[in-house]
Amino acid sequence: MADLSVNLSGLHISNPIIPASGTFGFGHEFAGFYDINILGSFSFKGTTREPRFGNPAPRIAEASAGMLNAIGLQNPGIDRVISEELPRLRQVFSKPVIANISGFSLEEYAYCCERIDKEEQVGIIEVNISCPNVRDGGMSFGTTPESAAAVTRAVKAVTTKPVYMKLSPNVTDIAEIAAACEEAGADGISLINTLTGMRIDLKSRKPVLSNITGGLSGPAVFPIALRMVWEVYEAVSIPIIGMGGVSTADDVIEMMLAGAAAVGVGAANIRDPFASKKIIESLPDSMERLGISRLADIIGGAH
Amino acid sequence: MKKNKFIVKSNRLLAKYTYEMELKGDISSIKRPGQFIHIELDGFFLRRPISICDWTASSLTIVYKAVGRGTEYMAGLAEGAELEALVGLGNGFDTQKSGEKPLLIGGGAGIPPLYALTRKLLENGKKVTVVLGFNSADEAFYISKFTTLGANVIITTADGSLGVRGLVTDAMDGLDYSYTYACGPEPMLKAVYDKALTDGQYSFEERMGCGIGVCMGCVYRSKTGYKRICKDGPVLEKEEILWQT
Ligand SMILES: Cc1cc2nc3c(=O)[nH]c(=O)nc-3n(C[C@H](O)[C@H](O)[C@H](O)COP(=O)(O)OP(=O)(O)OC[C@H]3O[C@@H](n4cnc5c(N)ncnc54)[C@H](O)[C@@H]3O)c2cc1C
Ligand SMILES: Cc1cc2nc3c(=O)[nH]c(=O)nc-3n(C[C@H](O)[C@H](O)[C@H](O)COP(=O)(O)O)c2cc1C
Ligand code: FES
Repeated sequence: MADLSVNLSGLHISNPIIPASGTFGFGHEFAGFYDINILGSFSFKGTTREPRFGNPAPRIAEASAGMLNAIGLQNPGIDRVISEELPRLRQVFSKPVIANISGFSLEEYAYCCERIDKEEQVGIIEVNISCPNVRDGGMSFGTTPESAAAVTRAVKAVTTKPVYMKLSPNVTDIAEIAAACEEAGADGISLINTLTGMRIDLKSRKPVLSNITGGLSGPAVFPIALRMVWEVYEAVSIPIIGMGGVSTADDVIEMMLAGAAAVGVGAANIRDPFASKKIIESLPDSMERLGISRLADIIGGAH
Repeated sequence: MKKNKFIVKSNRLLAKYTYEMELKGDISSIKRPGQFIHIELDGFFLRRPISICDWTASSLTIVYKAVGRGTEYMAGLAEGAELEALVGLGNGFDTQKSGEKPLLIGGGAGIPPLYALTRKLLENGKKVTVVLGFNSADEAFYISKFTTLGANVIITTADGSLGVRGLVTDAMDGLDYSYTYACGPEPMLKAVYDKALTDGQYSFEERMGCGIGVCMGCVYRSKTGYKRICKDGPVLEKEEILWQT
């Protein structure tokens, strides 16, 4: 029997597949398609202190082998996530969930993480630091080692659960930022978030997205994501949730060989709501074909 | 909503740029006219949303305009081709609200969902008037199909090559109607909204990611809060509509 289980900072999950934040809602939406308990876990939609409406439409554009999104972190806010979404999720998902938290100031990150840390359904807190720091010129927290470390420290000070810092790929040296997070106390690293891009409509000669730019994800970004997971694995010794463009079981194995302990699946769920299920179901075959009996054994195996 | 395999039974040119495709497969998740399907196409990352024009026990029909790479690819599909699609998405039109003399107004690629709506309303014993707007005669389609169903059909063309010259709103004067249903480009919806004398339902378009309400890609800010066009729409009640421009 193929052993698919992996361990993320003490959280044992039955397989490494984790639908990525923003592509799986709050889970129950997918329960109409399949039993989501087959997942290792999943990361829920990025949650902020206040409810957010996000950017004006159009928010979605197509790309060759991928898509751009400029959702603008639309979410119901931490209060309703705790009072409505988590109870609804409990009806259909009996495993620990990954809580994806966003913020626009250190206080907001700390506030949301402290609140969500008290929820027993939450197994890991994933802190998205791709958001602009509104107090400090609007630069994303994820773009310098100092600000990434500052968020890490602020969150670690008020939480008890494992904290994974989710890194932006729109930086010069992602490994340096990962190392700063580890030093500041992070329990793990998630990467990558989307790459900034844009499309122009040829008929109107205007940007397709009302936000002008959006985040590219999907198969187009896989080699970039893989390279960044590789670099971060070289730089830190904490577990990595690797993601970016994963759409097949072979992609999962490649991501793990680069250093991922678990693997996020994002845009693939948007193209096909059954994508994560199909990947989990085909993993044992890929493992057998490649002579892998225990998936956890191959983490970082290419280094 | 369901994800199913479909087989192209026929795919033919109806009018300039406009095609009709019949798809055979499990249509059991279709509940109302005005719902849509989301079609996966080889070589395209995102699925294409297309309204369900009509359906039978084992097939559905769509009518679509080839306006870009995806719809052009669809136009090239031959009989027997296989497609995967999510079916029965969105809320659709509520036929209970029609009153006795509903007015249905469609423009161009917004006309298809009004076909099954007309059929249902006529089955419910309503007196249905349909205004169909086209750019010109060579883009017109389905006129005789609407007439055959038993609706009172009024045609408008922007260039006057068929029916009333002008826009759909130019054909609304003097009509006696109990309720308004509209589907078409947003400027047309706005013009109808401004002119209509009754309550109504308006079907909107937005660029979509998932099509099933999870990604927040298609969100519309309405008077009663945000609406996901793919799930809470595409049909909105007149009183919910907040024009964005
Ligand atoms: C609920 C709904 C029902 C629709 N019903 C019909 C119908 O019955 N008949 C018909 O001809 N058309 C219909 N449309 C419009 C149709 O979806 C677009 O014409 C089609 O997606 C264009 O794809 P493309 O690849 O040819 O164009 P491209 O411009 O190459 O497409 C690029 C991307 O933009 C999206 N896109 C482009 N135009 C639109 C649009 N108007 N609305 C939403 N997404 C768009 C595409 O889906 C794709 O993801 C409907 C749209 C919606 C939202
Ligand atoms: C529609 C959409 C919404 C997203 N929203 C979030 C979010 O709220 N928080 C976050 O950390 N990442 C978000 N992401 C990024 C994904 O979680 C993931 O990191 C990225 O898309 C790369 O993976 P992929 O190529 O498999 O999509 C979003 C991605 C998409 C496509
Ligand atoms: S397209 Fe994803 S929520 Fe509507």
